[in-house]
Amino acid sequence: MAMLFERRHLLGLEGLSAEEITFLLDTAESFKEVSEREIKKVPTLRGRTVVNLFYEASTRTRTSFEIAAKRLSADTVNLSANASSASKGETLTDTARNLAAMRPDAIVVRHPSAGAPHLLARHVDCPIINAGDGAHEHPTQALLDLLTIRSHKGQIAGLTVAIVGDLLHSRVGRSNLFGLRTMGARVRFVGPPTLVPPHFAELGAELVNDLHEGLRDADVIMMLRIQRERMNGRYFSSLDEYSRLYCLSVDAVARARKDVIILHPGPMNRGVEISSTVADGPYSVIMDQVTNGLAVRMATLYVLVGRRREVEVEETDTAAPLRRAAAAE
Amino acid sequence: MSNGEEMRAGQVLVAGGTVVDPVKRTQRRADVLVRAGKIAAIEPQLRSKVKGVAVIDASGQVVAPGLVDMHVHLREPGFEYKETIATGTRAAVAGGVTALACMANTRPVNDCPAVTRYILERAEAAALARVYPIGAVSVQLAGEQLAEYAGMHEAGIVAVSDDGMPVMDAELMRRALECARMFDMPVIDHAEDRTLAAGGVMHEGAVALRLGLRGIPSAAEDVMVARDVALAGLTGGHLHVAHISSAGAVEMVRQARAAGIHVTAEVSPHHLWLTHEAVEGYNTNAKMAPPLRSVEDRQALRAALADGTIDTIATDHAPHHRDEKDVEFDHAANGVVGLETLLPLTLRLVEDGLLDLPTAIAKITSEPARILRLPAGRLEVGVPADIVLIDPTYEWVVSSATLRTKSKNTAFEGWTMRGRAMVTLVDGRVVHDERASGPAAATASA
Repeated sequence: MAMLFERRHLLGLEGLSAEEITFLLDTAESFKEVSEREIKKVPTLRGRTVVNLFYEASTRTRTSFEIAAKRLSADTVNLSANASSASKGETLTDTARNLAAMRPDAIVVRHPSAGAPHLLARHVDCPIINAGDGAHEHPTQALLDLLTIRSHKGQIAGLTVAIVGDLLHSRVGRSNLFGLRTMGARVRFVGPPTLVPPHFAELGAELVNDLHEGLRDADVIMMLRIQRERMNGRYFSSLDEYSRLYCLSVDAVARARKDVIILHPGPMNRGVEISSTVADGPYSVIMDQVTNGLAVRMATLYVLVGRRREVEVEETDTAAPLRRAAAAE
Repeated sequence: MSNGEEMRAGQVLVAGGTVVDPVKRTQRRADVLVRAGKIAAIEPQLRSKVKGVAVIDASGQVVAPGLVDMHVHLREPGFEYKETIATGTRAAVAGGVTALACMANTRPVNDCPAVTRYILERAEAAALARVYPIGAVSVQLAGEQLAEYAGMHEAGIVAVSDDGMPVMDAELMRRALECARMFDMPVIDHAEDRTLAAGGVMHEGAVALRLGLRGIPSAAEDVMVARDVALAGLTGGHLHVAHISSAGAVEMVRQARAAGIHVTAEVSPHHLWLTHEAVEGYNTNAKMAPPLRSVEDRQALRAALADGTIDTIATDHAPHHRDEKDVEFDHAANGVVGLETLLPLTLRLVEDGLLDLPTAIAKITSEPARILRLPAGRLEVGVPADIVLIDPTYEWVVSSATLRTKSKNTAFEGWTMRGRAMVTLVDGRVVHDERASGPAAATASA
């Protein structure tokens, strides 16, 4: 396969080309099949070590990365903020250097501060995969959303995607905005003005405050999780008030196109941002997202770690370029 | 006076340069004679008239009063790992700055005469730039009760400021303006509403949204300037707006002055030259308070500097240890060093056609001296011979490795600068000589 992804890290979807994103999605597509086998394991990353460095609680993403790495036969180590030395006051830079000294082949990092993976990438040699940095990006989540959308709709270009909720604090919203825009979709950000600030328009989103207006003719609805602790009466008076205006009901879904699909990154607050009828209804592709998440993370690890080794091996084989040249003639 | 006494007193002739007078806003070819630490004469062709003096060749150079930086954090006492009075004033004279005012947010805070005296003693021991301490507005910068203005004033403070900890209590700000007025001192306002700025780490706008960083709206500055302008009007006190950064605040200062309210303002070089785009890549050396703002704000700042609404350029020199910057952007310390880049970044405004040379020099000499009522920033017969020789064509590249300041957090790493302080004199004494790359009395005998 042609070299379509030359980057060392996956820090975000911003700046990735449509070709690069397509390459990652195609690679993920090819990994889906592994999880359908009776023996769900390939030797691609045998002898490789993947560190999951999580400074924020996460069950779903961390588990997904861990299973993805294991299905590629990599060894995995999970470090969570409580277990690591973060609580003892060690800086992220020092943690990075210490980990680097153990020669991992990739570090998957989640951190409450935007840009933390970028800081890490400046201090270690191995590939860094951003598993969510503050309100910045969550690229593998957006890739799995893109894969889900693509497999249901055939293509992404030309679709109208409504993303509903707390966009201000959402890394999922941002990564999807960057990815969807690059792939040629229209993106609507739907939510109250406190959570959908006007400057998002400069980043290419259409901003709509009214839920029903925002869902009109949408091909895809993506509901974001509302963080209960954020609804402290500053952004919105209460969860009930939020729910009154923005809970995705059957009525609201009716504004969208008949073949609309509904995504949610999970975990869901049933009855708050999404009604159970909708979540469990025919338009919901939420379980597809989870399955695709695994494939996307396998693809990411393969592209950044496994394929790199193939390239390195080839580069150390001094005869290879000669053979290639001969083949070209 | 005998010949021997004259030698001890030191006679120096700065010969062949272009002398800039920031007060008269003129520039002319002249020689400057220094005797006993004071300026004895400024005339053309003095070289043929005086004998037996040390000569500093200033041909091709601009001769100006030593620069005055009214906003510096020297960090001593308490944070000597970032900067000391010795290293800070060393950086100052290397940048042509011969007088500076230092902020009160040390540890202990400069909120009582003992701390003021300590700073002055340390500055005297360093014997480089003149140091004018700024006292705290409130005890411990806590914003609750007034600090000892009378005692600190007697000890030598020239202004009061809770810089870094904006005074949120409007009534306290009112009383500060009233009390500072008794001592003919300005209250220097770090104008930032802390409730609006809370948790913010950069300018609120598209860049902050893109990077997922929490923003500080321009309105945080605007509402505070509006409040304090009203309080200056109420009290008749002198309000000085530090590091003004937003177009809205600039407009309020303009209107306040038109209305006869005693308001002055300073802008930092980084707000004149950079915007929030500099944060790209989570560059912690672009993190400061107030934050780097939009292109439109920067444009408004430049226009206000040119029309005189903004009186002075002050660095807000804020040294921080590498360990305080090499962290997550959210946790990085606010501020950048600036003493050694003030001069070339000001001269760049002349190259850009925004200011003429004497006005540009005035913005970093006589204007800040006027705001703080300092006997500095002038080039006249009889004043202390604080002089800087500037090579306006000298090109150099900013490198944190070669800066004299103890900390290396410059926002201009890698920038090619034009113009440099080649020789700096304080009281007629050479305190910096770039030609020798060190503080030496590199004067040729005539």
